[in-house]
This record gives sequence, C-alpha cells and structure tokens, in this order.
Amino acid sequence: MMQVSNTIKTLLQLLILCFSLQSFAISDTEPEGAVSGKEQVDAYILHHLKDSHDFHLFSYTSDSGERKHVGFPLPVILWSSNGLATFMSSEFHHDDNGQVVVEKNGSKFVKLHSKIYELDAGASSVNFDEEHHATNAHKVLDFSITKSVVGVLLVGLLMLLAFSSLAKQYGKKKIPTGFGRVLEPLVLYVRDEIARPNIGEKHYRKFTGYLLTVFFFIWVLNLLGLTPFGFNVTGQIAVTACLAIFTLIIYTVSGNKDYWMHILWMPGVPVFVKPILAIIELAGAFIIKPFSLLVRLFANISAGHIVVMSLIAIMFTLKESLGVAGATGLSLVLSFFITLIEVLVAFLQAYIFTALSALFIGMAVAEHDHDHEHDEAGHEVADTEDVRADFI
Amino acid sequence: MEVLLNDFSPGLFVVQTILLLALIFLMVKFAWKPILNSLNEREAGIEEALAAADKARTDMQNLQADNEKMLQEARAEREGMLKEAREIKEKMISDSKEQAKLEGDKMLKQAQAAIESEKKAAVADIKSQVAELSVAIAEKVLKEDLSSNDKQLKLVDTMLSDIKLN
Repeated sequence: MMQVSNTIKTLLQLLILCFSLQSFAISDTEPEGAVSGKEQVDAYILHHLKDSHDFHLFSYTSDSGERKHVGFPLPVILWSSNGLATFMSSEFHHDDNGQVVVEKNGSKFVKLHSKIYELDAGASSVNFDEEHHATNAHKVLDFSITKSVVGVLLVGLLMLLAFSSLAKQYGKKKIPTGFGRVLEPLVLYVRDEIARPNIGEKHYRKFTGYLLTVFFFIWVLNLLGLTPFGFNVTGQIAVTACLAIFTLIIYTVSGNKDYWMHILWMPGVPVFVKPILAIIELAGAFIIKPFSLLVRLFANISAGHIVVMSLIAIMFTLKESLGVAGATGLSLVLSFFITLIEVLVAFLQAYIFTALSALFIGMAVAEHDHDHEHDEAGHEVADTEDVRADFI
Repeated sequence: MEVLLNDFSPGLFVVQTILLLALIFLMVKFAWKPILNSLNEREAGIEEALAAADKARTDMQNLQADNEKMLQEARAEREGMLKEAREIKEKMISDSKEQAKLEGDKMLKQAQAAIESEKKAAVADIKSQVAELSVAIAEKVLKEDLSSNDKQLKLVDTMLSDIKLN
C-alpha cells in the first residue's frame, strides 16, 4: 500500500511540475473572452466533448486584457503525405479555427475543430466553403498523445499499480489489507456476478481477465470524466468502438460449432426460413451487437457530460433572469444531483458493457446438451445454457 | 451519423487498440492471474476447511451417539444384572424355604412313622408279654395247688407284684 501511495504522490508531483512549467508559457492574444451566452456555451460543450490535443485546465483574462490558458501541451504525432511529423501541440497556440499553420517535414498543418488537417500542396492558408468546411486541406492519420490517450495511459497505470499491488499482497497473506480490501470485492463482483452467470461455470475462467480489464477500464474512465480535469475518453466513439470490436473479436473467435450452426443454419425451423434467419443472425452478430455496445457507452457518457455542462452553464445563461446568486444556486443544486446520478451511470455503463460482453461470449461458448435440445416433436427446447442451478 | 463518423478518429482508434491490448496483456499477467489464482486457492481452502469442520462435527456427533449408546447399554446391563441377582436371591430364598419345608415334612413323617412303628412294636411287645405272662401265670397257677382261695389270691398278688417289678 505504501508503494502505491508513494507512486501516486510521485505522479501528482510530476503533474504539478508539468503544470507549473507550462502554466505561463502558454498564452495567446486571441480575444476569445470568457464563455457566456447560449452559442458560446453550446460551442464550449461541443468542444469539450471532442478529443483535444492539449491538456487544458482553465482560462482567465489577465489584467492587460490578454486571454490566458493554463494547462500543458501534449505531443502531436501525425502520419502525413510526407511521412511522420511530430511536434508539441503548443505550436498551434490554442488555435482551433485553422488560423495558425504549423510547418513540419515539408507539410503544413492546421487545427480545425479539434482535428488536424494537412494543407494541400501549394496552399498557405485554409479556405472554407459556406459550411465552414476546409476546401484545400485533408485529414491526416493522427496518432497524437491526445487528452484521451493521456486518460487511457493514466487509468492503465493506476489499474496496473492498484491491482498488481493487490496481487502481490496475496503472496504474503490470505486476506488483503488497506486499499486491497476495497479492490478484492470488486474483482469478486465482476467474476461472480458478471463472468460466471453469463458465460457459465465451464468457460468463464478464460474470459474473466478481459472482462475485469474492460470493467475497471470503463468504470475508472467514466469516473475520471466526472472530475474537473474534463476527460471524455469513454465519450470518444473511437474508444468505445475499439472496446466493442474487442468483444466482437473475442466472441467470434471463441464461438463453438453450435454457435455458428445457430447463426448460419438455425435448427428447428422450416428450411425456407433458415436463410432469412441466417442473414438476421449474421447482422446481429457482426453489426447489431457491437454497434449496440459502442453506441450505448458513447451516448450515455456523452449525454451525461452534456447534461452536467448544460446545468453548470445555467450559471451564465440565467444570470439575467435569476440574478447571480439565484442562477449560481440553481446551477449548483441541479448539477450536484445530476453528478450524483452520473456517478451511478459511470458504474452502470461499465457494468452493462461488461455484462453484455460476457453475455455475448456466453452465447458463443454455450454448450448445448443435445439430449434435451429437441423434444419428441422435434421442436427446439432451450437455446441457452441454464446455469442457474450452479448458483443456488 | 455524419457528425459521428466525422468525430471518429482512426488515429485514436489505433492508439486505443494498442494501449488496450497492452493493458489487457499486462493486467492479465501481473494482476488478474495471480489475484484469481489466489482467490480460487483461498476459496478452495475455505471449502476444505468447512468440509473438515463438517466432518469433525459429524464425527463428534457419531462419537457422542456412540458414547450415549454405550452408556445406555451399560445401564441396561447393570439393570439386568441387578434384576438377575434379585431373582436369584428370591429364588434361593424360596428354594431354601421349600427345601426346608420338604425336609421338615419328611422328618415329621419319618418321626411319625417311627412313632407309629415304635407304638406298634410296643403294643406287639405288650401283647406278647401279656400272653407270656398269662401263660406263665396260668402255668404257675396250674403248678401250685390251687386248693384254697386264699392261696389263689395270694398267688395272684404275688404274680401281679412280680409284673410290676418287671
């Protein structure tokens, strides 16, 4: 435990160090001003929901009227038409409208709505069409260490530290102490309430590692999204898509003969129905299931962020009609309760994602008892493995 | 949908895939495997201990039942022995009473029989002595001269006194 707290302390020190080094290095003169008004709130929320290339903590307007942003830059790693280009995000000077052009490796890059574009050859600045889409720039493959990647790395590191220290504790004693005493029931919960009942006593061991990783990964990231650091990792569609595709690959690879039989040539139905069912089942297995996983997590977390931020924005938008104190009070009360709900949602979504993954895996590896699969009349009797008896 | 697709960052997807793979690998190797193994071990240990405790309890119960049974048996045996002893005592007493009675009866009978036979013998003896005396008297009477009455009477007296003297 000492080790963990020491490591956390070191991490915090590092963070503070970065912060103090960078806090005054980043400043720009763009007269953006503080966020107020409906359009600005909308833009701010949309901006927050997107991934960002630098770690922005807060902004303020200095006495000289200069808008200062406090945070630290993150490395940008791009695969452009001229090969790899790396630089720090501070080179964009917090520009998000394609004004600042960064030249690296003979390519010109601009940042536009949190996305990095490469200017076409010969162009020196971005031209926009009526819908504010760039006409002479194209997207590049962006492997940057964005804020989301920082979040993933942070959570991964925390998980590794916490759970490897728990693992080490078992070497010395049977029952963990300290923080391990909190973690152990969580591990047991995932194993006994998610993996075991959904996958079945026979196969659950093989998949528990994946389910545990995904559960804690999503949960901690969801919770991290509720901190004022403003991470929105599980609200990034690329992240949830990645998680969903992992589940898809796992249940597709581990699917047994019965599983494929039920997808491709459903037993117990008339022959002319079988091809139709096969199409539906294939769509279900390869599109609907992963899509439901990725959209559910993405939408829930994004919605939560939007609601929390909108309620915080009441402070500004209702200032005129309710007064400063009234608007602030209302905003605090509402955002407090919605944040409580979001804490629940953070757990719930992690649970749902993991439980559904376990369920899909369970359906793929379920062993059908061929003796009772069909009754005397040839009808299908049960399509799922009944494991309830194992838990009574 | 278009916005969603626009928001989808292939670069982030690739980075996330690599990081997630690494995380799963590291977590399984350094955390989940040892944790789950020790948990399973501990659960098996607990199950074993519970089974052992159960067994000990049933053993104990069996032992107690055995003890109880033995006690019961011993008690029953003691009871039986006491009963037997009492029976034997009673039987002995009644037997000896019987025997004593029988013996007494027998002795009584014998005594009666002896008395009877003695009596008979005595009577027979008296009879024979009377007869002999009568004959002797008769003889003496005959031998003496039974001339006078006085003499006869004197004779009878003498005779009778003789008998008494006998």
